[in-house]
Amino acid sequence: MTTPDAVALEDAKVAFRLGDGRVYTAVEKAHLTIAQGEFVAIVGPTGCGKSTLLNVAAGLLRPAAGSVRIFDRPLAGLNRDAGYLFQADALFPWKTALDNVAIGLEIRGTPRAEALPQAQKWLTSVGLGAFAGRYPHMLSGGQRKRVALAQVLIRDPKILLMDEPFGPLDAQTRQVMGNLLLDLWNADRKAVLFVTHDLEEAIALADRVVIMSAGPSSRIIGDWRVTLARPRDIFEVRMDKEFHALHREIWSVLKDEVMKGYAQSTHAAEAV
Amino acid sequence: MSRVSLLALQVLVAIVCIALWQLFSSVPVFGKILLPPFFFSNPVDVFSQIVKWFVSGVIWKHLAITLWESILAFVIGSLSGVLVGFWFARQPLVAAVFDPYVKMANALPRVVLAPIFALWLGLGIWSKVALGVTLVFFIVFFNVYQGVKEVSRTVLDNGRMLGMSEGQLMRHVYWPSALSWMFSSLHTSVGFAVVGAVVGEYLGSAAGLGYLIQQAEGVFDVAGVFAGMFVLSAFVILIDFGVTLVERRLLVWRPTADGRG
Repeated sequence: MTTPDAVALEDAKVAFRLGDGRVYTAVEKAHLTIAQGEFVAIVGPTGCGKSTLLNVAAGLLRPAAGSVRIFDRPLAGLNRDAGYLFQADALFPWKTALDNVAIGLEIRGTPRAEALPQAQKWLTSVGLGAFAGRYPHMLSGGQRKRVALAQVLIRDPKILLMDEPFGPLDAQTRQVMGNLLLDLWNADRKAVLFVTHDLEEAIALADRVVIMSAGPSSRIIGDWRVTLARPRDIFEVRMDKEFHALHREIWSVLKDEVMKGYAQSTHAAEAV
Repeated sequence: MSRVSLLALQVLVAIVCIALWQLFSSVPVFGKILLPPFFFSNPVDVFSQIVKWFVSGVIWKHLAITLWESILAFVIGSLSGVLVGFWFARQPLVAAVFDPYVKMANALPRVVLAPIFALWLGLGIWSKVALGVTLVFFIVFFNVYQGVKEVSRTVLDNGRMLGMSEGQLMRHVYWPSALSWMFSSLHTSVGFAVVGAVVGEYLGSAAGLGYLIQQAEGVFDVAGVFAGMFVLSAFVILIDFGVTLVERRLLVWRPTADGRG
């Protein structure tokens, strides 16, 4: 018996109705599976609909056609097995770091007295044990991402969906966060779908790198397996020969799409 | 600038103003008194009037009435503003239907309502409370409405993905966001509660600071009018100070305007 895939998108098509009545097809016939314990990164040019695809897996968006299966069950409504890490700040600004993490459990009905020590433990494991009483605006961008990560992980979701979570951070902080993510992921190997526009980040983190074409009507145009040994260190893996070979190979495909996507976005700007 | 020197300068402004007032109302300049005492009184008379009020204890009753009216107006106006604001924000159809009427009611100068309230509710405190409520309500209502509408999409989605039910979203997301908007207008709404009370008293009542000022005016007692104004200002400053303390406690999570925690 084979274990069911954590996430399976079959011929998923996502379309939006525009203000003037036309229909904009963001993603066309996407076929994507993520096995249990697998770390998959989606890379594509700006505006290619990679976040759209992620929102479909989360149940925040409904596909216009095709199906979404989570652990072999069709997805109806929000994906309750998934934790979602947003690109923008999504912490509750009126809660302290500790309360922000504890809320993940309190929603489920865990008594506050039990939730708080666990939240403290998670804050410590993302390196913020001493910042429990701070409100989000008193934390740096990287620290807020750490709190958000703890907030998601404390619920122990079976699937992690991440939408360019480290996008707004500076280059050094991104690498530190990448290593933290890998360390935490190593502990129990959840299925991860990680959206990024940074190919290096994708290769360094993931087991599989999926490339999407430039939008509109973007498709999945490539799927590479990354065989770099684990556990990895993001700083060092970038020196690896295999890393470079893979990077060159994927980039040769991605480059054309990036140029296309760039051309389209400038054309669109001129049309306006 | 240090706190002490700032305070010294602030006090200096008051001293200079009062000194000039005293000077021009008692010493003729080129054979003419610039501030005739009949119209402008003078600081000494005003001050002795204030002292007389406090020594005899008359003032306490009036202060208590005005304070009580302001508190009632603030509490009733805020509660109804929060409820209606929430309701409208969650039910766009209701908001759309009532929109022109809300705008109309808000555009109406509230002073014209005072006679109606006096007719309906008599000369006691409730006509003043009603006037204050019509002022406070709209400030709180608009802020709560805005607060609920402008909850960040990402924060909402995050709540949903964390598994919050509609009720939990209400409690953990909509409610704090709406309250933060309400608290940010706390100074204005408390101020308007006092305005409603005093204007109402002025237009017809048997007690309160507004009544005191109106009575003094009726007998051309300019010193009494000024004394009433000074007591009222001190009263408002004290209340405003209290609001600042409350606000500091309630909005700790908010970044300050200069971006520093």
